[in-house]
Amino acid sequence: MEAMIRAEGLTKRFGDLLAVQDVSLEISRGDIFGFLGPNGSGKSTVIRMLCGLLQPTAGRAELDGLDVGAEAEEVKTRIGYMSQRFSLYEDLTVQENIDFYGAVYGLGSSELSERRRTVTELVGLEQRQGQMARTLSGGFKQRLALACSLLHRPRILFLDEPTAGIDPVARREIWDLLFRLAGEGTTLFVTTHYMDEAERCSEVGYIYQSRLMVRGRPQDLKQLPEVTPAGTQWFAVLCDEPMRALVLLRGLPGILDATIFGEAVHILARERTGKSAIEGFLRGEKMGYVDCRQVPPSLEDVFVSLTRRHRGGLEA
Amino acid sequence: MFRGLWPVMRKEVIHIRRDPATRFIFAIPLLELLLFGYAIEMDVKNISTVVFNLDQQKESRELIKEFESTRYFRVTGQVYSDRDMESAIVSGRAKAGIKIPPDYSDRLVNGRQATVQVLIDGSDSTSALRLLQASQTLGFLKSLKKGGLTTEIAAVDVRPRLLFNPNLESANFFVPGLIGVILQLVTVFLTAFSIVRERERGTMEQLLVTPVSKEGLILGKLLPYCAIGFMQTGLVLLVMVLLFGVPIHGSVSLLLLLSGVFLIPALGMGIVISTFAHNQGEAMQAAMMVMLPSILLSGFVFPRESMPYFIYLLTFLIPATYYLEILRGIILRGAGWAALWDEAAILLGFGILFMVLSALRFKKRLG
Repeated sequence: MEAMIRAEGLTKRFGDLLAVQDVSLEISRGDIFGFLGPNGSGKSTVIRMLCGLLQPTAGRAELDGLDVGAEAEEVKTRIGYMSQRFSLYEDLTVQENIDFYGAVYGLGSSELSERRRTVTELVGLEQRQGQMARTLSGGFKQRLALACSLLHRPRILFLDEPTAGIDPVARREIWDLLFRLAGEGTTLFVTTHYMDEAERCSEVGYIYQSRLMVRGRPQDLKQLPEVTPAGTQWFAVLCDEPMRALVLLRGLPGILDATIFGEAVHILARERTGKSAIEGFLRGEKMGYVDCRQVPPSLEDVFVSLTRRHRGGLEA
Repeated sequence: MFRGLWPVMRKEVIHIRRDPATRFIFAIPLLELLLFGYAIEMDVKNISTVVFNLDQQKESRELIKEFESTRYFRVTGQVYSDRDMESAIVSGRAKAGIKIPPDYSDRLVNGRQATVQVLIDGSDSTSALRLLQASQTLGFLKSLKKGGLTTEIAAVDVRPRLLFNPNLESANFFVPGLIGVILQLVTVFLTAFSIVRERERGTMEQLLVTPVSKEGLILGKLLPYCAIGFMQTGLVLLVMVLLFGVPIHGSVSLLLLLSGVFLIPALGMGIVISTFAHNQGEAMQAAMMVMLPSILLSGFVFPRESMPYFIYLLTFLIPATYYLEILRGIILRGAGWAALWDEAAILLGFGILFMVLSALRFKKRLG
């Protein structure tokens, strides 16, 4: 597989603040790379360094085989970028925004009108070409931004929290679009806070306190021994009162971790605290319906465990 | 090299057309023009004067008429005590007071020297100076006439002649200078704002990942404001000629050409400011810092030659100084290229300096 995005030891320092520390990546063509991490952990800084918007303090990046520092202008014709904030012109109409970016990317008028038709159809903006960007809803603004970043058929698309603050239906539609683009061979680099979005990525990376802590395919990360240490297993407990169960289970010896996940309580338990022991314990607490089953850890479990281990490691 | 120039320019024109602030682009220069042309009347005329006439005879009434006929004094009231006269001046109701003693007519008739007291409010030094001269001249001429003499007896006859502005109209002096101030105001503020706004709203970040070139981006933003600057210059010139009756003695095309030369440093300053300012507030402050010296030290209001030497040296560092020379030269004195090429060359030098500086400062990167 050819690597479309390659980063080696990317580091960024703002004065005394070490924003990104030694991040190395390799992402193949057609992959959707999900980049996760808490706010302020350095996600946007990594994206900006990869796009050539920020110069790294150390390390280098290569996109589509081109050095980002040395061949910045050539790189720019091959990438698309959608920033966290809506960064198009609010006082321009949908079509004016698209035409402006098309022209900046050097599309001729016939090519531009063909691409305009294609991308507006793709993102579902055909009916709103004359609408002022200011008056679009959050979801449509994101679609417009996506449309503008796709005009020049980028080989790599960077999306910084493309679904932040938009409704679930629009969120889903944007992800359907991203899958379609990936299917057509575009490499995507997406930051997100949503674990369900991360689960859909072909590969994910988790950045915490400016370091890339882990990187891999979601199913591989769930097999990591750090997440499920020897002699422990993950359970999902379904019951009537998950909040009360959470508190009770946290007090039970043999339970290493308990957290709410959807409607269930996810727990990491020592092997001797098995299914029947947990069910028996909760029934003893007068909980009616209890169903405990062994499950693989969720991605959230993976990241929480890794973060906790990292913190523990720092404290030890 | 100029990649993206056209699209950036077209987009900028749309912004300007849709921006509600645009309607002020032509209102502000007109307003300033009317303010400076009419309201700030620097010509001293018809100064309110009170008269304290203790004499009340024919000679004293004649004297007051003569004061009025100088056109500097306008009698607005009579007072009947020294205290009233003083209070009229202190309160600002009058700027001058003429006190004629009771024996004025008698002494004149008897061929003795008569005195007249003229009190002048010196707080407004320009008016005070004119009133002082006018009252002294009046007394001198009146004395000669009384003795049956004319000015021909003077050993030296000084005959000053006012060139270019014979009636000393202050509009002739201010309005041409105002063109320079307005042109600079618009170009510095608007260009600085249009660039800083993109940074503030995050649109710059999106532009920077496109292959638009630095030169294309900067020029694409500047050229529309250049055009606005020219339109304003034309408008102000038109109003100057039609409304204020200030004729343009020199060549209009040279005037427009050299205005174009002035735009280079002015727009350059706007870009330099935009590379330092993080938001529109900072840009505003920086632009004000550039504007104030341009207004105060360029010779727009105060003659540069009468400034303290150190300040006078500073005036040479202000591009507006040279442009004002050019404006007044062409409009008032009919100066041609031969007299103005050095000012034009200096402006071009400033322009190149600011453009190089902004190109060095403006990075196609964030942070």
